[in-house]
Amino acid sequence: MSEPILVLDDVTRIHGSGENAVAALKGVSLTLHSGEFVAVMGPSGSGKSTLLNLAGGLDRATSGSVTVEGAALQTLSRAALAQVRRRHVGYVFQDLNLIPSLTAAENAALPLELDGRSPRAARAEAMASLAALDMDRLADRFPDDMSGGQQQRVAIARALVGGRRLLLADEPTGALDSETGDAVLRLLRQRCDEGTAVLLVTHEARHSGWADRVVFLRDGRVSDTAVYTLDPAAKL
Amino acid sequence: MSIRNGILALLSEGPAHGYQLKADFEQRTGGTWPLNIGQVYTTLQRLERDGFVQLAEGAEHEPSERVVYAISNTGRAVCREWFSTPVRRTQAPRDELAIKLALAVGAPGVDIAALVQGQRSEAVRTLQELTRLKITASDTEDLAWLLVLDALVFQSEAEVRWLDHCESRLVRAASSRDQPTRPRRQTTSDVTEVGAR
Repeated sequence: MSEPILVLDDVTRIHGSGENAVAALKGVSLTLHSGEFVAVMGPSGSGKSTLLNLAGGLDRATSGSVTVEGAALQTLSRAALAQVRRRHVGYVFQDLNLIPSLTAAENAALPLELDGRSPRAARAEAMASLAALDMDRLADRFPDDMSGGQQQRVAIARALVGGRRLLLADEPTGALDSETGDAVLRLLRQRCDEGTAVLLVTHEARHSGWADRVVFLRDGRVSDTAVYTLDPAAKL
Repeated sequence: MSIRNGILALLSEGPAHGYQLKADFEQRTGGTWPLNIGQVYTTLQRLERDGFVQLAEGAEHEPSERVVYAISNTGRAVCREWFSTPVRRTQAPRDELAIKLALAVGAPGVDIAALVQGQRSEAVRTLQELTRLKITASDTEDLAWLLVLDALVFQSEAEVRWLDHCESRLVRAASSRDQPTRPRRQTTSDVTEVGAR
């Protein structure tokens, strides 16, 4: 099997100290390979968002290690960490976070331009990423001129621009109706089948059906894991 | 629902023989309700007796062994009535899982939290299987089957949500029982490992 894209090894995150210490995550281990789709479920306060933030280098573990594309995040300087985030980690959030004054192509090209790529090269990569989501025809539209589903496609194109292989999605369908949400999940599944590793945080059980593995968190710990193994033809 | 309404609904689209009806019904419902061919013919005979269907015109003279049935005007009225009447869920279904959980409360030697978790994992696996079936279905050709799949998906989702709710309720009940005693201390065995592949 190929090198994993994301490894969390015995990760604990404690906020505060002394008597006020609150453990948001307690000894969680999780590995994602290329092409794997893992959903994280659990009630509010179970540690889902903390897990996602640690996986993306937005937060640092109190103990344990987080490795993204071979880079151990806890050993990196602030600048090096930012570089790993820009080059290897894509985010999709519930509230899309597209910049309204930029077109779809400019939004998708932004991470590469921030990473010092020339605008021309960044646009070429952005167009390729939009095309993979069938959005290149709307490349010059502004977010306000697109539907919610289309905006979320642009957000996914931006998250995966430049060959990034780790996609972290935090309730990416929260703002969409259930059918458009389904279409977004279908897209994530397709990207995954083409080699991306997807870590999805969701409270909608329906969405966990798209994942290969579902991890349940409770009080910062993994309470159980459901793995898809059966042949689909065997059921019905 | 008896299969009577299903057969009338299919015959309202045009005459058919028993095997055709069985195949159409199963194709639309994706085999979630397999029909026995004997049951189909018995139902057709009853429907004919009651005047809801009749032998299709010219069918009596056909040498084919398969008898083709057509819906009558009375049958059409029954069928319209069925479609226009909302399905009423008057009786709570005897859900084995709900009963099992109810009986697990207080049953000696039963880890109810583990029972809930195991059941939830099972429901999620069902969701994963159903989702894969959705991926392979065609939006146009399998529309009827997709509607049934969606129903099964939403039912499984409801089960997962209900089990989440049960888990929270059980945790709350356990902590209110434990409160007067000492709080739970963390031990090394609390560290959980998620299975890497």
